[in-house]
Amino acid sequence: MKSFMTFRESLSLAVAKEMEADPSVFVFGLDVPDHKRIFGSTKGLVEKFGLERCFGTPLSEDAMTGVALGAALSGLRPIHVHIRVDFMMLAMNQIVNMISNLRYMSGGKLTIPLVIRAVIGRGWGQSAQHSKSLQSFFAHIPGLKVVMPTTPQDAYSLLRTSIRDDNPVIFLEHRWLYDVEGEVDERKTIPLGNATVRRQGDAVTVVATSWMNVEALKAAEVLERRGIQLEVVDVRSITPLDEETIIQSVKKTRRCIVADYDWAFCGFSAELASLIHHRCFNDLKKPVERLGFAPVPCPTTRPLENLFYPSAVHIIRIVEQMLGLEKTDLSGESFYSYEHNFKGPF
Amino acid sequence: MQKDILSKEESLALYRKLILTRLAEEKIREEYFKDEMKTPVHLGIGGEAIPVGVCHCLPPRSKTFGTYRNHSLYLAMTEDTDGFFGELYGKVNGPGKGKAGSMHLSFPERDFIATSAVVGTTIPVAVGAALANAYRKSNDVVTVFFGDGAVEEGVFWESLNFACLKNLRVLFVCEDNGLAIHTPAKERQGFQSILETVKTFDCYVGGGQGHDLQGVIQSTHQVVKQMEDQPKPGFLHFTYYRFLEHVGPREDFDAGYRSRPTPDNLDGLDPVLCFERDLCQNGCKPSELSAIKKSVEEKIAKSVLTAQKTDFPSSEELYTDLFV
Repeated sequence: MKSFMTFRESLSLAVAKEMEADPSVFVFGLDVPDHKRIFGSTKGLVEKFGLERCFGTPLSEDAMTGVALGAALSGLRPIHVHIRVDFMMLAMNQIVNMISNLRYMSGGKLTIPLVIRAVIGRGWGQSAQHSKSLQSFFAHIPGLKVVMPTTPQDAYSLLRTSIRDDNPVIFLEHRWLYDVEGEVDERKTIPLGNATVRRQGDAVTVVATSWMNVEALKAAEVLERRGIQLEVVDVRSITPLDEETIIQSVKKTRRCIVADYDWAFCGFSAELASLIHHRCFNDLKKPVERLGFAPVPCPTTRPLENLFYPSAVHIIRIVEQMLGLEKTDLSGESFYSYEHNFKGPF
Repeated sequence: MQKDILSKEESLALYRKLILTRLAEEKIREEYFKDEMKTPVHLGIGGEAIPVGVCHCLPPRSKTFGTYRNHSLYLAMTEDTDGFFGELYGKVNGPGKGKAGSMHLSFPERDFIATSAVVGTTIPVAVGAALANAYRKSNDVVTVFFGDGAVEEGVFWESLNFACLKNLRVLFVCEDNGLAIHTPAKERQGFQSILETVKTFDCYVGGGQGHDLQGVIQSTHQVVKQMEDQPKPGFLHFTYYRFLEHVGPREDFDAGYRSRPTPDNLDGLDPVLCFERDLCQNGCKPSELSAIKKSVEEKIAKSVLTAQKTDFPSSEELYTDLFV
């Protein structure tokens, strides 16, 4: 069945479908069943499944993550939700010392079917502690899977796959994507470790994560008017990583920008740049370029916040440099401005 | 205190477990200097009666969680000396195929689920297992062991709060040796009594002297019975004397942070000597005890020999067991 819905609706639909299919699936976290329902992404669940399978928690991120692990070790399939990824830092001991390790340390006897959902990225003056992304941080740890959907279809299908996965999965959802609408085929499944080509082109490959796909597609739209075709590859899952789709694209275009929605230093963009240089060394016409957050904490005030985050404009300028083109006049362009879609306070 | 609650058969079975945990660790002390057991050992000599006694009171299918000082708990739950020594020697016959070592022993098939070398870390995980029991309408009890240092971790209070809030059948067992590595409680704790502090939460409490096996059993029975009658968490606090250094096979009285107990005190603090005395007073013959001891010694010696002869894991094992 196909229908048109927002990213946030696709998330609650995916959870509802899995909770219907499997009584061992439950969802919990601070404010999960409150009137706001994690920006609407857990809407309808408590009404349908009751407080035993959809419940709020004390403000105890560390213990609640351990509770999720204990429930998963006991054969349940918890979905633990954080309204900001920044709050997961309080739970890193459980994630890095326990959840990622226990299967290995038990010689493969323990199984941890656990999903941790977290809202990432930008809002509206969210400052340094409500704005991170941290996929590189999580992906650095062996034993965790890290998923970053961009479209409602991917959010729906990848969340269902993550819930069915017998391993711990960190599922990172960009706040701005919550308003994005798209068609969702309820029967469509997407495996983890499966990148997708969002847009075909021959000039430069932009490998993007999460919101950067939106920016990359906007850059492609602008550059198309100059006859330049960008290829946009949405990574979708950081671990497991679909190297082949990325490498195939770069071998075709011979130029690559990694547009990662995270800090660049020691980040996923560095990992991909290394991989691409290693595997496409003789194909590359230019070194791989990397785009990420400015290497500072995220500032609150809008002019500085704009400089902190990478955007379509940055992608356009890097493409121009790579191809030796004059700068495009962007004065008449309309770029994404969240004031049209997003108001405060949160 | 009523001390004759155990049948003779039960008493001798308990003695077998108690002496098994003691002699297994004494064997480690003998062998460790050969540098074949390449894993940091946190020996529990002096504290054996707590896991042995608590586990004796647990209903079947009770999951347990522990710490890096877990040898007595492992052996009390499993009596599996082959796997135990296999794991310490890093061999494939260990329950973690050598990937776990001493600090991360587990045996999920026998409900000994997980241990951790980061203080306090398994406490919320046990609460999660208790939540899973409640979710499935099961009355099973989950038990987690931890030291007195763990109650200084925020996660202990987070876990206790949540368990009490949800009326979960989780039994918290604090094995209090008064030391966090080498730092005494008076230099770490801003409260008078852990037991009195925990009493302000909605749970059942009990405890006593951890070297007294029968006392441990009595306290545990009381709390577990209450938990079974009406679901709430239990909290048990047992003191004990750590005879050896924090990590390693030696005594460390020469380090100056604590003094050596007098021989009289030492006897009073040793759970094995205490239980042997109790057994003899209750009619067991010394010859019965030495026969058990001998058979346990033979079992341990055989397991050590097996571990020494068993293979290390193959190179391929480095990459297995990460994901399902």
